[in-house]
Amino acid sequence: MIAIENLTKRFEGRTVLDRVSVKFQRGKVSAIVGASGCGKSTLLRCINGLERFDEGRIVVGELEVGPATLQRIRLDVGMVFQQYGLFSHMSALANVMEAPLHVRHLSKSAARERAVALLEKVGLSHRREAFPRELSGGEQQRVAIARALAMEPKALLLDEPTAALDPERKAEVVKVLESLAKEGTTMVIVTHEPSVVRGIADHAVVLKSGRVAAEGAPAEVLR
Amino acid sequence: MSAAAALACLLSLLLAPVGCSRPETPAGKGLERIRAAGVLRWGGDTQGGEPYVYDDPAKPGHLVGFEVELAAAIARELGVRSEFVQNDWSNLVPSLERGTFDIVMNGLEVTDARTGRVLFTRPYYVFAERLMVRSEDAPKMRSPDVASLKGKRVGTLSNSLAFEMLRGTADTVIYEGVEEPYTDLLRGRTDAVLLDDIIATRYGVTKAGLEVVGDLRDGYYAIAVRPSEPEVKAAIDEALGRIAARGELRKILEGSHIWNARQERLASWSAADQAEMLGQPPPPPAFGPAHVVLFLKGAAITLLVSVLAMAIAVPLGLFLALVRMYGGPAARFAASAYVEVYRGTPVLLQLYLLYYGLAPVLKLGALTAAVVGLGMNYAAYEAEVYRAGMQAVPKAQMEAALALGMTTRLALRRVVLPQAVRHAIPNVTNDFIALLKDSSLVSVITVVELTKQMTITAIDVRTWLGPGLTCAALYFAMSYPLGILARRLERKLEGERNEEDAAPEPPMPPTVGVGT
Repeated sequence: MIAIENLTKRFEGRTVLDRVSVKFQRGKVSAIVGASGCGKSTLLRCINGLERFDEGRIVVGELEVGPATLQRIRLDVGMVFQQYGLFSHMSALANVMEAPLHVRHLSKSAARERAVALLEKVGLSHRREAFPRELSGGEQQRVAIARALAMEPKALLLDEPTAALDPERKAEVVKVLESLAKEGTTMVIVTHEPSVVRGIADHAVVLKSGRVAAEGAPAEVLR
Repeated sequence: MSAAAALACLLSLLLAPVGCSRPETPAGKGLERIRAAGVLRWGGDTQGGEPYVYDDPAKPGHLVGFEVELAAAIARELGVRSEFVQNDWSNLVPSLERGTFDIVMNGLEVTDARTGRVLFTRPYYVFAERLMVRSEDAPKMRSPDVASLKGKRVGTLSNSLAFEMLRGTADTVIYEGVEEPYTDLLRGRTDAVLLDDIIATRYGVTKAGLEVVGDLRDGYYAIAVRPSEPEVKAAIDEALGRIAARGELRKILEGSHIWNARQERLASWSAADQAEMLGQPPPPPAFGPAHVVLFLKGAAITLLVSVLAMAIAVPLGLFLALVRMYGGPAARFAASAYVEVYRGTPVLLQLYLLYYGLAPVLKLGALTAAVVGLGMNYAAYEAEVYRAGMQAVPKAQMEAALALGMTTRLALRRVVLPQAVRHAIPNVTNDFIALLKDSSLVSVITVVELTKQMTITAIDVRTWLGPGLTCAALYFAMSYPLGILARRLERKLEGERNEEDAAPEPPMPPTVGVGT
C-alpha cells in the first residue's frame, strides 16, 4: 500500500532520515517506534507531503508522492496528530463534518449522518455538541480519529496519538485503535511507547538516528 | 493617597488648562519686565511667512521680513532689543495669554473675536480683503460683494477677518496655510478665495489661471498685547507713531514692496481712527444649544470618517496580513513595505500628500481624502493585528486541515480566519477608539470635524471651558461604550483560552527503551 525507498531528509545540515526503505501492507497495522528525535514523525509526515524530502521516493497505492499528486494522496491517507489539531471554533460534530462537506462536497445530511455514526463508533455520541475546549485530551483525540475516518481514507497515519494523554485516557484511545485494527483498517502508528502498539501491530519498524535498526514481527522487534 | 484620589488629581490636571485664567501682571509691571530683561519678545510663525517674517533664502537661519525690521525699530524706540519667538500661527493669541512672549506681530488682523480678547495697538499696515477666482469665472463676478458669495465654496484661513465676513453667507472652507487655498481653487475644489491682499499677491496672483475680481473691504494688521498690560500698548503706540511720522514705516513697507496709497493714513493715525478700527464688537455669543447642535454635527462627521476609514482598514489589513504570511516573495515584500512605511511615517504627512501632493494627478474631495488617508494608515495597524490573530491559531490545526485534503485557501477561509478574526476583535475595537481621536487630524485637509468645530467655537465665544468640556464629553460618549465592549470581548476570549489550558495534557512520559 505504501512503499518507501531510500528516503533521505536533511534538515539544516543534519541528516534526519538516511536512506530509509520500508513497506506498509494493506489491511495491516504497522508501527514505527524509536526514541524521540529518531526521525519517525518526519517519516510519517513525508508520506502525505506535510514534510518535503531530499532523496528517494514514496509510492502510495499507484501514486508517487510529489506536488502534482499531493491532493489525491491526502484524500487517500488520513492523519491523526499528537496535539489533535481539532478546529477550536467548531463543535465535535462540525469538526467531523467539515472535510466531507467542503472537500468531498457531500450534502449536509449525508455528512451529518456519517459524522454521527463515526462519533458513536469512537464512543462520543453524547459529546457531539461539545467544543474542543470542553473535551478531555482523550475525547479530543477520539474526535480527531473520527474526523480522519470521515474522509474514508484507504490508510490512516497516526503520529504519537497517545503521547499527550494520561494512562486512563490513553486506554480509551488504544481501545478505539484496537477495534479499527479488527476491522482491517490500514494504519501506520508512530510512537515512542512500544506498549501502545504491542497488542495491535502486525509489523514493526524500529528507527534509530534516521536509519532502520530493526524490522519484523512486533513480538521479536519490540522487546 | 487612594487610587481614586490620584485619578481625580490627574483628571483635574487635564481639565485645568481649559479653564485657566491668563497670567496677571500688576499694572505697569509689563513694561518694567521688558526693560529689565532688555528684550522685547515677539511671537510669529515663519511658515508661509513671506513677506512678514521668514528665513532669508540667501542666509538660512537669519530672519528677514517687514515685521522683523519693524520689531527691531520698535525695540530700539523702547531701548531694548527684539527677539523672535516661533509659534504655530493659529495659537499665537493663546500663547500670548500664557505669557510665551510679550506681543504678537504676525499679520494679525483686527477682528471682533480678537478685539474682545487682546489689546490692539495702532495699526502698522492697512490691507484689503481680496477676492480671487479662476479666470474663466471672473466675467461672472463683476463688482462682487459678500452677499454675492452666498452658497459658494470660499476658501480662507481660520479665525481670519475674511472668515468672520463669510460667516452665514458662503460655504467656508478653512485652511491652515496660505498656499493651499489657491492650489485648491485652481483645481476646482473651491469657487473663490478671500484673503488679505499681501497673501493674494504672493501666493494667488502668481498662479496662472487665477484672477483678482475685487477688494471687499479694508482691514488692519496691529500688534496684540495682553489686556493686563495697557502700558506696553501705550509705549508701543508711541513708538509706532514716531516710526511712522519720520517716514521709517514707509521705508520698511517699501522695502518689502507693499507700500500703497492705503498706507498714507498710518502716519496721522488718531484716537478716532483707532476707535473706528476697533468698532463696537458685539459681546461674544454665549455657548449654548445652537453651538451644541454644531458640535453634534461635528461628532457625526468624526463618526462618519472613522467608520468609513475602518471599513477600508479592516479588509485591506486582512488582505495585507494574508499576503505577508502566505504570499509569494515579491508580494510578501510589498506588503511588508506597505506596513512599515505607513507605520513609520506620520499620518498627518500622509494626509497632506494624499490631499495636496497627489492633487495634480488625483483630485480627491476632502472627505474622501480623509477617509482614504486614515483607512490606508490604519490598514497597516490592522494587518499586524490580524497577523497576530493568525499566529495565535495553533499550527496543528492548519496541518490537520491540509491533511484532510483542504487547499491552503480553503483551510485559511474555514479554519484560520474565523479564529484569527475572533482573536483580533478586541484589538480592532481598541484601534477604532484610537481612530476616533486620530480623525481630528483631518482638519488639516479642511474637514471640519468635532475638534475643529470646538476650536472655531472656542474662539467665537472667547472661552475654551464650555466648548472644551462639551467636545471631551462627546468623544467620551463615543469611545467609552466601545472600550467596555472591547474589555468584555477580551475577557470572554481569555475565559475560553483558560478552559483550553485546563484540558488535561500531562507532560510527556519518559521514553521507554526499545529493542534494537
